[in-house]
This record gives sequence, C-alpha cells and structure tokens, in this order.
Amino acid sequence: MDGRKKMIKWLLTGIALFVTLFHLIPFYIMITTSLKANNDFSSKWLMPETYKLSNFIEAWEKADLGTAFINTFIITASTAVLLVLLGSMAAYPLARMFTKLNKFVYFLFISIMVIPPLTALVPLYKMVVDIGMMNTHEIAVLNNLAAFLPLTIFLYAGFIRSTIPKELEEAARMDGAGTLVVFFRVIFPLLKPVTASILIISCVFIWNDYQFAIFFLQSKEVQTLTVALASFFGQNQSNLNLVASAALMSMLPMTILFLFLQKYFVAGLSSGSVKG
Amino acid sequence: MNEVVKEASRPIAKSKVKRAPRLKNKSLWWMYIPALIVVSVFILYPFLNGIRVSFTDWNGFSQTKNWIGLEQYKRMFQDPATWLVVKNTLLYGIGSTLFQNIIGLLYALLLNQSIRLKSLTRTIVYLPVIISPLVMGYIWYFFFAYNGGALNDALNLFGLDKVNALGNPDINPWIIVFVNTYQFVGIAMIIYLAGLQSISKEYYEAAEIDGASAFQQFKNITMPLLMPAITINVVLNIIGGLKLFDVIIALTGGGPGNASQSMSTFMYDLYFSRQDAGYAATQGVLMAFIILILSLFALVYFKRKEIDV
Repeated sequence: MDGRKKMIKWLLTGIALFVTLFHLIPFYIMITTSLKANNDFSSKWLMPETYKLSNFIEAWEKADLGTAFINTFIITASTAVLLVLLGSMAAYPLARMFTKLNKFVYFLFISIMVIPPLTALVPLYKMVVDIGMMNTHEIAVLNNLAAFLPLTIFLYAGFIRSTIPKELEEAARMDGAGTLVVFFRVIFPLLKPVTASILIISCVFIWNDYQFAIFFLQSKEVQTLTVALASFFGQNQSNLNLVASAALMSMLPMTILFLFLQKYFVAGLSSGSVKG
Repeated sequence: MNEVVKEASRPIAKSKVKRAPRLKNKSLWWMYIPALIVVSVFILYPFLNGIRVSFTDWNGFSQTKNWIGLEQYKRMFQDPATWLVVKNTLLYGIGSTLFQNIIGLLYALLLNQSIRLKSLTRTIVYLPVIISPLVMGYIWYFFFAYNGGALNDALNLFGLDKVNALGNPDINPWIIVFVNTYQFVGIAMIIYLAGLQSISKEYYEAAEIDGASAFQQFKNITMPLLMPAITINVVLNIIGGLKLFDVIIALTGGGPGNASQSMSTFMYDLYFSRQDAGYAATQGVLMAFIILILSLFALVYFKRKEIDV
C-alpha cells in the first residue's frame, strides 16, 4: 500500500513537470528566436551557436521601445492614481448613504460594467477626434479610467460596507471634522487591502492594453508598448528574430514584478475577478 | 488592522450620549460626481450614441448621416459574414470557457496534492495571465508561423509536411481558442484551487467511512461544493472569450478573409478599413446583446446549482 502511494506521488510529480515544461515551450521558442541572426536557419528548438545579442539593441532602437516604455508608464501610473482617488471617493457615499439617488447611481455604475467597451467605439472615436484629443496621453488615461471605475467602485463599496465600522466616522465627525477630512484621514487608510488589489488589477490591464491604445494612440510620440510592438511586427514580418527580441523586452518588467510579488498579484487579480 | 478598528471604536460605543452632528447633504453626491462624469462621457454616452448611429448610413468621418431606420439591421441579418463572425465569437467564448474550466480544474486537482514542483508549476501556468494578450499572440506566432515557426521545424524533424496552421480557415479559429486557453487557464486554476482548499476534510473522511469511491467523492462532494467557483469561472471566461481581440490581431489579423474574425475585430475592420461606421455600430449592438444574454444565462444557470453549506 505504502509503495503504491509513493508511486502515485511520483507519477503526479511527473505530470506536474510535464505541465510546467509544456507551458514553458512558447517562452523558450521566443528566447531562442530572439538570440539568433536572421540568416540562422538552425532549428528553433535549439539554442544558437553564436548569440546575436545585437538583436536587442537593434529592436530597442527601431521599435522605439524607450519612448513606448515611458508612455506606457505615464499612462498606467496616472490612471491608477486617479482610479484610486475618484473610485474610493465615489464608493464612500454609495456604501454608506442609502438614499434613492445613491441607490440609482450605484445601480448605474454596476450596469455599466456589463457594457463591452468596444461596442461604444464608433461614436467614441468620433467624439475624441472632434474634441481634438487624438494622440494624447490624456485620452488614454480617461478611457482606461472610465473602463475601470465601475469595478473599482464596486470593490471599494463592498469593502467599506462589510469591514469599516460606522462608529469610526461618527467619532471623527463629532470632533468637528468635515466629510473630506473624515474620508481621507479615517476611512482611506483602512482601505489598503482593496487599494492594493485595485492597483494590481488596473496596472496589469492598463499596461497591457491594446484595444484602446490602437485607436487613440497612433502617432509615434505617444504610442504605448503594445502599439509599438504591433507596428514593429507589421514592418518586420521577414525578421521574426527582431520581433522576438522586442516582445521579450516588452514583457520583461511585468514578468519580473510578477515573480517577486507573485502572492500579491494572484490575490489581487483573483479578488477582482471573483467579485467582478 | 482589525485590532486598530476595534481599539478605535470601543470608547464611542460606550458614550452614546453625545451624537454625531447630522450631515446636511445626505446623499453626499458631490463625492461621486467626478467618477460619474468620466463614466458618462466615455462609456454611457458613446454607448447610447452607438445605438443611434446603428440606424444611420454614417461612413465614420462625414458630418452628415442619413436616418435609414432598420436597414442596417436587415443588412446584418442577411450578411453571411455576420453569421460566420458570430459563429467564431461563440467558438471563442464557449470553446475557451470549456477548455479553461476542464484544464483549470484538472491542474487545480493536481496541485492540491502534496507533490514536489507544486509552486513552480503554479507560477509558470499563471505567468501568461499578466502578459499582454497581444504579446502572447506574437509569442505563439513564433511557434505556429508557416515560415520559421517552431512547429514546422519539429514536423520537419519527423519527416512530416509543413502545415500552414495560421492560414488554414478550418484550423486557425481553434488555434486562437488554444492560445486564449493557454493564457488564462491560470485564473481558473487559482480559483478552483482556492475552492478545493475551502472544502472541509471531514466530508471526505465521512465518505471514506461509508465506503464511497474516489469518483463518487468527486461527483458528490467536490463538484457540488465547487459550484460557486464554477459560476465565477464560467461567467468570467465567457465574457473574456466573447470580447477576444488582441490575440486574433496578433495571430491571424482575422483572416484569411473573415475566417477567424471575432465580432470585435470585425467591427474594427468595418469602421477603419471599410468606412462603414453605421454598420459597425449595428454589429456593436449585436455584440453587446449576445454578451449580455450569454453571461446572464450562465450566471442564472450556475447560480441555481450552487448549494449553501
């Protein structure tokens, strides 16, 4: 019996090893491709005999990844800050004051979560052109902000309702503090766990966003990583090695962050999905 | 943190004599006005306006558009492309959901055992979740590409013919399902793993005493108690799959022809390549409708199967 159990355990470990290796295949292929010269026709499954590290420099310069990294960072960071600020503030009255108006507004935010953002694309695009906001960081920030506000409000409101005792606010108000002071001094610091989740969810999705970016950030100065990569792919279909180098560099920061903060990523991303 | 909360709230609970001054503005609506404006201007207004545009022949850039009633809807239902695209979208939505849940559950069952490599496997399976779907599409492109792809390299090694996987309309929608499943199976796995770990061991011990087989235990204990996790995963995966865009752009661009187009990429194509904004808006309305119906259906269906413990 004991021997059989041991065998099953080894079998399962073998399966886990197989699963791991299988999931690593595409990354491995990307790495071998990125390290080879364009005229190196050796098997993609083998590492190159001579490493062509200049691929990375060439891809970085040609795809203008430096600019793209900065743009992506600016857009992601500003959206995240605004999201936390506007989202938590909006959630507070919706979680606390159950007036008819607030109930309706909360329902409105929740219903908007169901609308696939792309279905509003046609009129949105026209509107953005008309107000002259094409190719600006601001429009990317506003679009992403709008897309993530309903989920953010939903998560904050749920947390405030279930974990923040009302007595806390009353005490502060008795001392004569105004609503904003009560909110930012007393409530907001207690929202840290949800804030962390919201920051992780929104940063991952906004950093990776392509659907909005491709429509509104077409000029080179404002393009994000995904847009830069897509146009680089279009120009270099005959040199996949360069594309692979660019793809590898573009996924590196998020991957490193994930490997170090894995626990928080998994918890944050699944708390968003579970409730969303 | 709970300690702090308790600490701070204790004295107030005792002194009920003094009451907090009542708020004048009971809705505190000014606090959600900024969020409401952003969401209204960038989602609600364009969405409602899109419904209006779907009744016009607008080309996307001219200042004039004609009201043509239900013409675009008639056109949509008679357009064979619509049905192909809806079929693909359903394949992406339902196909990915099926695979992600079955494989995700199998992975979770595997990693719920006490085996080596557990945390490594979990990390690697989950990793693609945080990578851009567009980049993930390109990464798999290096594998599937007809010229210079790793798949054909391997087939060549075994003396088999090259396959044009991404250019074959019979195969490429399935490759898109595969890549989407590969990328997001980690989410399903994690949710199932959490679900499995929350099931009390006592149920299994009791079943063991009653002589229930492993399969009976799975069917009568594990599955019913996993229903909440299944609901979440199914709804999540359906919505994600139906909205698929980036992976398709990276792998096939929707081609050949419209063969692998989803409703999202089709809309993009109609609007930007074919200057057919009115029709694109009509397709958008259909897409919103399909997503809404399917996710509501999934939610209600699986909710009814949940049991309370």
